[in-house]
Amino acid sequence: MTEPALGGGGLVDRHVAFVAALRGAGLPVSMAESLDATQAMAAVDLRSREQLRAAYAAAVVKRAAHRATFDRLFDLWWPPAIGDGEPIHDEGSPDAESLEEVEPADLDAIRKMLRDALRDVLLTGDDEALRRLARQAVSGLGRADNQPGRQSWFTYRVLRALSPETLMASLLEAVLAGEERGGLAEKVARQMLTERIRQFEEAVEAEVRRRLAEDRGVEAISKTAVKPLIEQVDFLRASRDEIAELRRKVYPLARRLATRLTAKRRLGRSGRLDVRRTVRASLSSGGVPLTTIHKPHKPHKPELVVLCDVSGSVAAFAHFTVLLAFALREQFAKVRVFAFVDTCDEVTSFFDHGDDVVDALARMSREADVVWFDGHSDYGHSFEVFNQKWSDAVTPKTSLLILGDARNNYRAQSVPALRSIARHARHAFWLNPEPKQYWGSGDSAATAYGDVIPMIECRNAGQLQEFVEAILPI
Amino acid sequence: MPLFTSPDDVRTRLAATGYLADDAIATTVFLADALGKPLLVEGPAGTGKTELAKAVATAADAGLVRLQCYEGLDEARALYEWNYRKQLLRIQAAGDGQKWEETHDDIFSEEFLLPRPLLTAIRQSEPTVLLVDETDKADVEVEGLLLEVLSDFQVTVPELGTIVAIRKPFVVLTSNATRELSEALKRRCLFLHVDYPDAEREKAIVLSRVPEVPAALAEQLVRTVRTLRALELKKAPSIAESIDWARTLVALGLDTLDETVVAQTLGVVLKHASDHTRAAKELGLN
Repeated sequence: MTEPALGGGGLVDRHVAFVAALRGAGLPVSMAESLDATQAMAAVDLRSREQLRAAYAAAVVKRAAHRATFDRLFDLWWPPAIGDGEPIHDEGSPDAESLEEVEPADLDAIRKMLRDALRDVLLTGDDEALRRLARQAVSGLGRADNQPGRQSWFTYRVLRALSPETLMASLLEAVLAGEERGGLAEKVARQMLTERIRQFEEAVEAEVRRRLAEDRGVEAISKTAVKPLIEQVDFLRASRDEIAELRRKVYPLARRLATRLTAKRRLGRSGRLDVRRTVRASLSSGGVPLTTIHKPHKPHKPELVVLCDVSGSVAAFAHFTVLLAFALREQFAKVRVFAFVDTCDEVTSFFDHGDDVVDALARMSREADVVWFDGHSDYGHSFEVFNQKWSDAVTPKTSLLILGDARNNYRAQSVPALRSIARHARHAFWLNPEPKQYWGSGDSAATAYGDVIPMIECRNAGQLQEFVEAILPI
Repeated sequence: MPLFTSPDDVRTRLAATGYLADDAIATTVFLADALGKPLLVEGPAGTGKTELAKAVATAADAGLVRLQCYEGLDEARALYEWNYRKQLLRIQAAGDGQKWEETHDDIFSEEFLLPRPLLTAIRQSEPTVLLVDETDKADVEVEGLLLEVLSDFQVTVPELGTIVAIRKPFVVLTSNATRELSEALKRRCLFLHVDYPDAEREKAIVLSRVPEVPAALAEQLVRTVRTLRALELKKAPSIAESIDWARTLVALGLDTLDETVVAQTLGVVLKHASDHTRAAKELGLN
């Protein structure tokens, strides 16, 4: 590869730099794996970009969660095209020519032409055409000459000019072709089109990143291009999509935790000798007990009581944690959940019967009696109400978990109430989704409560997973 | 001697056995074969991981040796075991005439060795595919056992010495990712993540597995399944479920997929009661 536009250097240099970028993005690529990748590279046909991608992925990406990061970086380091151009082997394709004929000043004409092309591509669902169109759209509409001699590229310019969502109505009509609206057919068609539009948007974003990388160097763009892994997404800053994805991860996560827990239990000391089974087994070796069999250890199962703040700011965190608690309920003798905003109510029944999670969350915020005064968090009052009504829920068998950011809106803290709740529990922990350095600042009562109950920072699913693993009963 | 000559060769020969591979699968299988490395296949249940190993075996005209992993799997079940009963019989039958040294040498010979899948695969002189299924279900110690076999393709039996593979088997490990496999194991493998296929490929798979289903219905079915996958479900339907659904529709003699049909046959694709209610609500069934 000799591409002066991309910094030049041989294939090996490029490989080394790419691996360095992957490591920088948090992929643990070992020396051995890097060597494997070079061997794989030699074995595949380098003219096929997808083969190269698959070869790299097989050698260096060993966790599915890292795949998205890898793909983004791969697109930057091994771009499909240079500049406005088409891939070399596609030279002279008619689509590339047609753009050249339009006067650059005539933005409206370009816009209209691209919009028509986009409509066709979304209808046929041709991946190759979709990516080519994204490339044309970015070179036609995404450029901004904000400084003389320096260009910049913008995703939103392209998407605003083309606004793919507004094509939906006419696309739906074309797909349904006279079938009645509103039914299953429309939902299925809508889902298909939304997916394709999202693909187009992603293609445009990738294209913009590629153009930026050409102007400013791949290294600079690599650093900003990488999205955090879903486990690293901050609960307090997660977008709607990210929260939905997190919810989807609850069951796999719970299953993983439960498996690890069983493994840990088995590794622990085994129980008493099982005489009957040992003797039975010895019969097959002539009465010599070659192997002894032990009774399994009976695991200790605590009751779990979760007390969570469900006010707007921390609701996402509380929801995720409560779902996880319920997904893990087999590990506990009993799970009870209490929600509060400025007063407290039990919400266990909403989650009890393996009900649909989205419904359960919606019903919880609709039906539970968690607002008493003005709907702003009031930890003090909530603790007092809990102490009055449900003080018997916390027993010496109970592990108590309190979820919230301890932002009390400058109201009474009622530390004695919290102390009396926590006193009876076997363990008590407070999980706080705020970064530790903000604890105790402003209206945060974290310091006062932290004196009573050990408070643990839990900003993302990764930290939550570590915490759950540490406290789960063995 | 490699089994395949190029990724395209992999693709055509797998297709001939009825397994439709995409670019990534074909290239990775080719590389695993060319570099002589084990292939670790990970992905949700029902996306054809085990099927891939079987298809490779058929395509390469190789024997398939399968090691099914489960909790409590040990050396004696995975590698080899001495046949205690037969040894005891041999000692008793020897009588007084024979010296102990002779008996000792005799009872630790090939005749009394019970080879388990890993040893069997290594001793094969014909092309062999070794499938280690659901590796994540096995205990961590089993991974340690696999390391020697997978990196050096050899097994050490203290009484017999080291048995080196006559011919490297093509190794496929599958995992549902219920737990993270150890770094050491992953480092020795090439990794392939198999996800739900794109619409085009899924349609082709359904058509090749259930040829009786009309193309238009297959298309409708695949799109509906994709819509279901986009919902927040406990268990999203996989390819296996799409195929089952197509078979169900064919068996019922239905040729279109409307609200009533979906409502009646939803049990084939969704296996949780709550998923059922959710899908019915979101898709406007009832």
